Amino acid sequence: MARMTMIEAIRNAHDIAMDRDSRVVVFGEDVGYFGGVFRCTAGLQKKYGPHRCFDAPINESGIVGAGIGMAAYGLKPVVEIQFADYMYPAYDQIVSEAARLRNRSAGDFTCSMVIRMPTGGGIFGGQTHSQSPEALFTHVSGLKVVVPSNPRDAKGLLLAAIEDPDPVVFLEPKRLYNGPFDGHHDRPVVPWKNHELGDVSEDYYTVDLGKAKIRRAGEAVTVLAYGTMVYVAEAAAEEAGVDAEILDLRTLLPVDLDAIEASVKKTGRCVIVHEATKTSGFGAELSALVQESCFYHLEAPIVRVTGWDTPYPHAQEWTYFPGPDRIKRAFTQVLEG
Amino acid sequence: MTAPRPLALHVPEPGCRPGDTPDFSDFEIPRAGEVRRPDVTEAPEDMRDMAFSVVRVLNKAGEAVGPWAGTLDADALREGLRHMMLLRQFDERMLKAQRQGKTSFYVQNLGEEAVACAFRMALDDGDMNFPTYRQAGLLIAGGYPMTDMMNQIYSNAADPLKGRQLPVMYSSRAHGFFSVSGNLGTQFIQAVGWAMASAISHDTRIAAAWIGDGSTSENDFHAAMVFASTYQAPVILNIVNNQWAISTFQGMAKGKAVTFAARGHGFGIPAIRVDGNDYLAVHAVASWAVERARSGLGPTLIEHVTYRAGGHSTSDDPSAYRSKEEGSAWPLGDPIERLKLHLITIGEWSEDRHVQAQAQIVDEVRAAQREAESHGTLISGPHPSPRDMFDEVYAEMPPHLARQRQEAGY
Repeated sequence: MARMTMIEAIRNAHDIAMDRDSRVVVFGEDVGYFGGVFRCTAGLQKKYGPHRCFDAPINESGIVGAGIGMAAYGLKPVVEIQFADYMYPAYDQIVSEAARLRNRSAGDFTCSMVIRMPTGGGIFGGQTHSQSPEALFTHVSGLKVVVPSNPRDAKGLLLAAIEDPDPVVFLEPKRLYNGPFDGHHDRPVVPWKNHELGDVSEDYYTVDLGKAKIRRAGEAVTVLAYGTMVYVAEAAAEEAGVDAEILDLRTLLPVDLDAIEASVKKTGRCVIVHEATKTSGFGAELSALVQESCFYHLEAPIVRVTGWDTPYPHAQEWTYFPGPDRIKRAFTQVLEG
Repeated sequence: MTAPRPLALHVPEPGCRPGDTPDFSDFEIPRAGEVRRPDVTEAPEDMRDMAFSVVRVLNKAGEAVGPWAGTLDADALREGLRHMMLLRQFDERMLKAQRQGKTSFYVQNLGEEAVACAFRMALDDGDMNFPTYRQAGLLIAGGYPMTDMMNQIYSNAADPLKGRQLPVMYSSRAHGFFSVSGNLGTQFIQAVGWAMASAISHDTRIAAAWIGDGSTSENDFHAAMVFASTYQAPVILNIVNNQWAISTFQGMAKGKAVTFAARGHGFGIPAIRVDGNDYLAVHAVASWAVERARSGLGPTLIEHVTYRAGGHSTSDDPSAYRSKEEGSAWPLGDPIERLKLHLITIGEWSEDRHVQAQAQIVDEVRAAQREAESHGTLISGPHPSPRDMFDEVYAEMPPHLARQRQEAGY
């Protein structure tokens, strides 16, 4: 066991996967010699050579498209899109190609690849370095969509994603790379080395895709969250003194409906939190699922706390970011409304 | 100082529209045998001329001439002729089947048979093509069962793709034919990735990418060129310039470039133009590129100059946008007629044998069609079970999909 940041845990997962399986190759912009702008792949090229970990031209469609070809060949590519905001040129390759290859060829060709990309704001990244595009992927049959919230899960989920026979979009909340973040931007960040979820086994292990985790047990209200919002919800529950049950979804597609149902049926109330814009966001899907399966158990309307339906504004980042205060208001709404 | 004049946009137009007389006089065609054959090790910068000419082997008299001749013996040439005749007959039957309402859609290879058929013969088993919807010749020449192609076209109970894909979007890993996508150009970069993987794995297999003239304007064409050039991937990048992208003439994708092949130059990729209606020339150029790729010398770009003699698909009426006479005015002729003439010229074929071969091919295709139709057609069925629809979305069916399958009643 060692204390690791999420960056170190992700790097460790790459290292273990590459060591265990010579078919695993890692490529993307700046990931080779330099080790990635967030350093998630640092040292891999030195250890495994430039055939296993290498830089790619600045062409996201090319990175994913070449990855699909490699996966079709039988390698297991792990590609990095430097920021999720840059994935749009690769969207066609991800959605029309990677996601459907198995189905359209009736299993003749498959696409076991991982597409990693840092997501989310809270780092003054402006419109083009802050987006959370998960809903653009959860709408796509054939993809799996994963969002880790801590180093321990990040490693286990990434190793599971690499092992998965299907394409996995792996969204890394960059605000969590160095420590958990509770939404109070004026407080110093507690680094992972002071957090129990920074305790990461150095051995090989996986965290099952499709399984949520109860991060905080409670009876009064269920909070459905993932990524950074898990900590913001925790802070809100502590500060408001609300006995909230916080579910860290971890995998958004396929989502753990059993865990969601069990929790909402227990609490009778549901708050959904995400950083992405509200309209047609993943919260809409969660809300519909809860309504479909838990309607007769609900004691209050479902409330969504999300980013606003605007581009992520550089100067107004903390107005955009769904902080603890907005979640506290949502608690009031579902508990007293 | 004079006031600036208003600017005007240049929108390219083909030289010939319905009612006009086709004129290919601007199309510079070198004589057969005229274009040099560089050594495969020649530096790309020393063979730039190859992108502005057209490699041709068969002359008007049906003789194979020049430095690109001699890659195939008489048996191989007869086999090539048979592949092209099979493909044409296959097209004819499937076109008719679509007109008879047995399927929704079909895409002919008419006029372009030599391109895929000859290219396939230059590859080894195990090499991988990333084709478009107009390279059925790769399957025919590769010995893929014609009945399975028909089953796919009919989306019937025996369709290898379980009724999931549009007709002609075949897939066969075993026959080196990657699953065809309807999204244009995406396969071009995937082919480069496959070739990179082969190199990473120290394998000996190579990849061939295929794209039409129109789709070269897609971003993924350029992605493929950058990646192929950067990593010197063992891939052959084929542009099939058949002059038309549905109703859009090739000049629209080419812009002010002189040829599509010249696109290779900015990337340091050797580029060759070949007469796509000349089976021998296509085979010779393909073999040259295969040798380069397999020797670790990197990618080659080939522009196959040909003509789409049929419509874009059964949903297209070419007489609405191009002259009806254009096909017959096409100066590179018909690939089947040219190879047939060559075989007769060298004393390895005759009119009688041709008639006999044609009759056998008609029987063969008819028999395949009968067998395919015994498994159903799109309209009459039987079809794959709707239960299959939910399979292979993922390797293992996730719970939400299992619930939906149950809801659907399967």
